[in-house]
Amino acid sequence: MGDLALNLARLQFSITTLYHFIFVPLTLGLAPIVAIMETAWYRTKNPKYLRMAKFWGTLLVINFAIGVVTGIVQEFQFGMNWAAFSKYVGDIFGAPLAMEGLFAFFLESTFIGLWLFGRNKLPRGIHLATMWLYALGTWLSAYFIMAANSWMQHPNGYIINPVTHRANLVDIGKVIFQNTAVWSFLHVILTSFLVASVFIIGISAWHLKREQHLDIMKWSFNLAVGFAVVTMVLNFFVGDQVAKIMTEQQPMKMAAAEALPNTACGRDASFSLLTVGNPGQGGTKEIRVPYLLALLATGSTNGCVEGFNQIQARYVQQFGAGNYIPNLFTAYWSFRLMIGLGAIATVWAFFAWLVMRRKKRPTSKLFWTITIWVMALPWLGALLGWIFTENGRQPWTVFGLLKTKDAVSGVAAWMVWTSLIAFTLTYAIFAVVMYILMRKYARKGPMTADEITGDPDKDADKLVFAY
Amino acid sequence: MTLADFWFVLIAVLWIGFFFLEGFDFGVGILEPILGKTDVERRQIINTIGPVWDGNEVWLLVGGAGIFAAFPIWYASLFSAAYIPLLLIVLALICRGMVFEYRSKNPNPRWRNTFDWMLAISSLLIPLLFGVAWAAMVHGVPINAKGEFTGNTLWSFINAYSLLGGLTMLSYCISHGASYLSIKTTGDVAARAAGVAKRVGLVAFVLGVLFVVWTGVQYHQNAPWVYVAGAVGVIGLAAAFLTNSTGRSKLAFWSNLVGILGLVSMIFLGLYPNALPSTTNPAYSLTVAAASSSHYTLRLMTIIALCMVPIILVYQAWSFWVFRQRISTSDIPPTPVAETATV
Repeated sequence: MGDLALNLARLQFSITTLYHFIFVPLTLGLAPIVAIMETAWYRTKNPKYLRMAKFWGTLLVINFAIGVVTGIVQEFQFGMNWAAFSKYVGDIFGAPLAMEGLFAFFLESTFIGLWLFGRNKLPRGIHLATMWLYALGTWLSAYFIMAANSWMQHPNGYIINPVTHRANLVDIGKVIFQNTAVWSFLHVILTSFLVASVFIIGISAWHLKREQHLDIMKWSFNLAVGFAVVTMVLNFFVGDQVAKIMTEQQPMKMAAAEALPNTACGRDASFSLLTVGNPGQGGTKEIRVPYLLALLATGSTNGCVEGFNQIQARYVQQFGAGNYIPNLFTAYWSFRLMIGLGAIATVWAFFAWLVMRRKKRPTSKLFWTITIWVMALPWLGALLGWIFTENGRQPWTVFGLLKTKDAVSGVAAWMVWTSLIAFTLTYAIFAVVMYILMRKYARKGPMTADEITGDPDKDADKLVFAY
Repeated sequence: MTLADFWFVLIAVLWIGFFFLEGFDFGVGILEPILGKTDVERRQIINTIGPVWDGNEVWLLVGGAGIFAAFPIWYASLFSAAYIPLLLIVLALICRGMVFEYRSKNPNPRWRNTFDWMLAISSLLIPLLFGVAWAAMVHGVPINAKGEFTGNTLWSFINAYSLLGGLTMLSYCISHGASYLSIKTTGDVAARAAGVAKRVGLVAFVLGVLFVVWTGVQYHQNAPWVYVAGAVGVIGLAAAFLTNSTGRSKLAFWSNLVGILGLVSMIFLGLYPNALPSTTNPAYSLTVAAASSSHYTLRLMTIIALCMVPIILVYQAWSFWVFRQRISTSDIPPTPVAETATV
């Protein structure tokens, strides 16, 4: 089996998952927003909202297509590369995945087809419902995945079968509804709204700069800024909750995120903002805020946070010899950048909104460039969040239960090389294709009021030829 | 019947649903650049499955996730053993999935043509490889006393029997897709499709007979049921061929449901009581019972499946009904609707 095959399998899982998560948050955030626009169209019959819904909806489906195909790989990958994991904990882990298929995938894939093709064939109210049901399907999908992942972070509701020596599910409620799952799902959803909002802000800004499609772009821009600010503020609270749960359930991950070598209490439990050099290994320059870590991690300024040295010693006692400390540099910086990039994007979004309110047309080229490209920041933040949470759980695949090195399939390294290269190349090519199309349709803009003409009588019951 | 046996049947049902529904998607995909001689015709063809292909594909995802949830040992053993075949299938699924949404969003003929052939090739590979894989499982693969796969990820799955299974599945899908097209299109494409449905339907029937006979002769531990299933499959394929010959495309399409029901049932009966038979020594085979999840998980999934599957069938069937009309080339607007609009 060897270390090479293990590391290739890990690299492949990281790459495929991160790729998938480039597209997922945009779908999760944009689908309900398009549903809101469709609702406005339904209620007011003002064609402006129809044009808006179709425009952003086109971008949504361009994104969704690649989101779907990158997700298919995941279902196969557990069996192909992580067979030992699948055998050991599949009794528990397989259930949320099957539920995802039954509850979410059928719903989202059936109703996106109905939305895309059925606008004239369906009564207006039913067509509106298709986008809401599609959005619900995507959210359910996210929930079941977060429940499954949360079980890996904090295994619950299981026993180890004394005969088969495999983990058996005994309480599905503890898997689906545990606090880890609920809060991490909320965290993902709020992040997705931020990603989608800043996406809308960026593209609207591109058009507003050129003073085209003003009616649609202004409305979209304002809606998106509202979403961005509200969801980022909420995300601070939700993220804080996630961090507190993490401190309790995976103290090593939090200690690594803070690069905190030794247990500290009260004033000494200071939050490290920035570090030059290797975090947590002395001889570095740091900016620290006293009391803040204690407050964030435990909710009290007198709280104590365990250091990774102490936790390492404890784990050696509990689990046997080994290194239980994840990569500190990765944990430390992914955590900070995740928060920082999201915050910067939100602050800029709010600033851009203020600017747009004051002047009719800002003239600074830099302003426009930043406002357009700031959409990249929450995306990077979201990916860094996953890097943080998955890397921070190492050396465990299922915390406390199954180490990553014991979770692999044992297939030969050449096979993993082959799949790793194949997936990376394929994804790279299609990501470029997706970008080309996204850019083309984003720049094209929505149909004008004249282009949305049609004879409701003649067009009624007509199939939409979307492909 | 134990819960594990019930889930074995349910998995078979999911795979029947997959091959029946995606079967025509694959066939349509394979035929798109062949029966579609002009861009408008190709768009006519793609739009017949445009609204429904994604929902059809979910049957595969649930079929796979069902194997994971109900039989994690089977899932783990099979997917790691069949690593390279599955890799090829997944790559084909990725490529195919990109085509539908992206193909027509650029007027450049080279762009469209590339996507058309990507659609055809990936649509061909998927049913071929799945047919090979399932038949290879019935044949068995090298598994040692510890339950470890000791064969080769490619060659252990390639033998005369599995190749026959693959070709049967492929010809079935082409003929099934052609029947679907002859119902869902008008004009030249419909006429060409009817011809293909008939000719390839004959091939599917002949290969199907060979496959059924071979299975009955060699893998008959569940006689007489495996014979019954095989016979149902052959009758379905025969009916499809005959009704296609007389131009009764709708009947042919539904005969294909009978055909695939019989063939897939036969495969599962050829496997049972094993999930993954061992060619090294039958005693080392992975049985359905040994592969399954705990009673708790099986019961949980049963309740969920019994609640959800009827609901899913209703709304998916409704979706097909919404999109039931035939598509003619005059329906297709000059550019895809993202670039035009109707209120």
